[in-house]
Amino acid sequence: MARASRRKMFKFGAAAAGGALVAASTRVASAAVPAAPAGPLDDAWGHSLGAGVDDRPYGQPSKYEKDAIRRYVPWLAQSPQADASFTPLQDQPGIITANGYFFERYHAGRISVDPAKWELMIMGLVKTPLLLKLEDLKRFPSVSRIHFLECPANGATEWPAAQLNSIQYTHGLIACAEWTGVKLSTLLNEVGVKPEGKWLLAEGGDGSHLTRSIPLEKAMDDCIVAWGQNGEALRPEQGYPVRLIVPGWQGNQMVKWLRRLEIGTSPWYTHEETASYTELLPNGTALGFTWVAEAKSVISFPCPEKPLTGGPGFYEVRGFAWTGRGKIKAVDVSFDGGVNYTRAALQEPVLDKCMTRFTIPWHWDGKPAMIQSRAIDETGYVQPTIVEARAVMGTAAVYLNNAIQTWNVLADGSVNNVQLG
Amino acid sequence: MFSSAKLFASAAFGTVALGTLAVSAVAVAAPVPAAEPLGYYAIGMTPDAAQIAQWSIAIKPDGSNLPPGSGTVDAGATVYGAECAMCHGTFGEGVDAYPKLVGGVGALKTQKLKTVGSYWPYAPIVYDYINRAMPFYAPRSLSNDQVYAITAYILNLNGIVPDNFVADAKSLAAVKMPNRDGFNFKDPRPLTHDVACMAHCADPKALTVTSDASKSGITPRTTGPVDTMQGTPTK
Repeated sequence: MARASRRKMFKFGAAAAGGALVAASTRVASAAVPAAPAGPLDDAWGHSLGAGVDDRPYGQPSKYEKDAIRRYVPWLAQSPQADASFTPLQDQPGIITANGYFFERYHAGRISVDPAKWELMIMGLVKTPLLLKLEDLKRFPSVSRIHFLECPANGATEWPAAQLNSIQYTHGLIACAEWTGVKLSTLLNEVGVKPEGKWLLAEGGDGSHLTRSIPLEKAMDDCIVAWGQNGEALRPEQGYPVRLIVPGWQGNQMVKWLRRLEIGTSPWYTHEETASYTELLPNGTALGFTWVAEAKSVISFPCPEKPLTGGPGFYEVRGFAWTGRGKIKAVDVSFDGGVNYTRAALQEPVLDKCMTRFTIPWHWDGKPAMIQSRAIDETGYVQPTIVEARAVMGTAAVYLNNAIQTWNVLADGSVNNVQLG
Repeated sequence: MFSSAKLFASAAFGTVALGTLAVSAVAVAAPVPAAEPLGYYAIGMTPDAAQIAQWSIAIKPDGSNLPPGSGTVDAGATVYGAECAMCHGTFGEGVDAYPKLVGGVGALKTQKLKTVGSYWPYAPIVYDYINRAMPFYAPRSLSNDQVYAITAYILNLNGIVPDNFVADAKSLAAVKMPNRDGFNFKDPRPLTHDVACMAHCADPKALTVTSDASKSGITPRTTGPVDTMQGTPTK
């Protein structure tokens, strides 16, 4: 197109800004015709020069996405440094959680580790102890795997009753990322675990120096000593420069700011696996070593934060399912509070110990509806109702809530978190 | 004629490609054994015993690896008052939402109060935790004697050890915590065994809403970065 005619288009666009609407394609095809009115292609962003490559050396989301952020519950913990923030699942389109969305759980705040000073000690019942610097660790053969990471307290507020009217707060202690690092088995083979070595202790370098015991079979199976997260270095929130990934197991076992691995004969029964992260049952005894995250799912659209805004008609119901026991086999969705279920479509990829996306079409008739999703994993395990889960765990439980979530869709399209009995 | 020439060309190309692969496998990417033998990569350094000792802070329930040193209940009261009481309360009662350290002993079934006295199964792990994580604002700042003393004081507040107790590697290992046998460390899950019913799974007339979070009034507002409270929970 000649320069003169392009200038004409600019002038035309400004002049016609208040004009009647016709199809944008018509206007583009006959740009020289002055009668053509403004349309959606002539908004302000199309009349001006955008920012250059020198503007944002590290990218950031659109300013219009300012509400898609982590949030925390102010009354949940004693201090923001010993608290959790929640992933905005309502804003997560696919199975990968954006690094800025990824929920936080701190026991002594987010620290800033100098990678030049970072070291990993591997010791205990090994033939040759090893001290690695970050550049040493990165020389070992590496893998990249996509795995979810869930806090066992995800859904804790919902044990007594439906309390928080928000998917972010009821389900946001989960996230999913591609992790890159060295398989733990590679490092353990390098140091040579002695025959009597049956357990691994992983220790963090933050002020909590958090420790968890992991049986050697799991350590040698699929654990990763990770430095990469979704296309960049591990975020400080996730343990920069190195964290442990223990696929499918409790989030707190995936020790952040990892600084030490020790091999021993038996578990250490640390604070984080006795005083914390154990479940006190109604009979007064406690469950420990509940490592695996059981199958769970939730509908992320619609949800309390994302109501139905277009009136009756077609919607795609969307959500996430995951299991620490392998792959998700199926997800069923109910629109009538669990009386009848319809099988949803699983969206690829369906990966091991990974968030899996499901969708199901819905022609909403505008009437109130109780919508639920129910995950089934490859072991055949079926996600329970809250009534079933509570029969075992009681109403004062904190951890291990993997119950089916009910969203109550009202006639005006708004959505509330309810529990059915 | 043309087709057979083409065929021949492809076959020749295939041979060349295979040859290249074979060469590069030897020259560039030495095959890695399925399980790498000890020291295969020879990366990093081997620490000596003194270095390892500096890193080795993990204690076991039997008291193994507890360091030299000791502390009395009285000494613990002083250190605790200076380092711990601002969060945990002078007598372990807890300030605001900071953890209570005392109380609920023998009443886990009814009170559900998880304290050092009522819940923690092993006294050496009390030492381990204080030593690695406390005080909250300055972890790893206490001496061994101070950690022993605080441990003695907290155990004494809970009525687990007498006023003249001296905590050290031997005495802590001998303490039997009230809830030592209260844990099941064999995961019994899965705890539910449903089948995936698809139709008429529940009586629609019997379904009732037992709770509705829109009426709880405790959801933080989620409209923007500055979230404000709708209320506070009733505990």
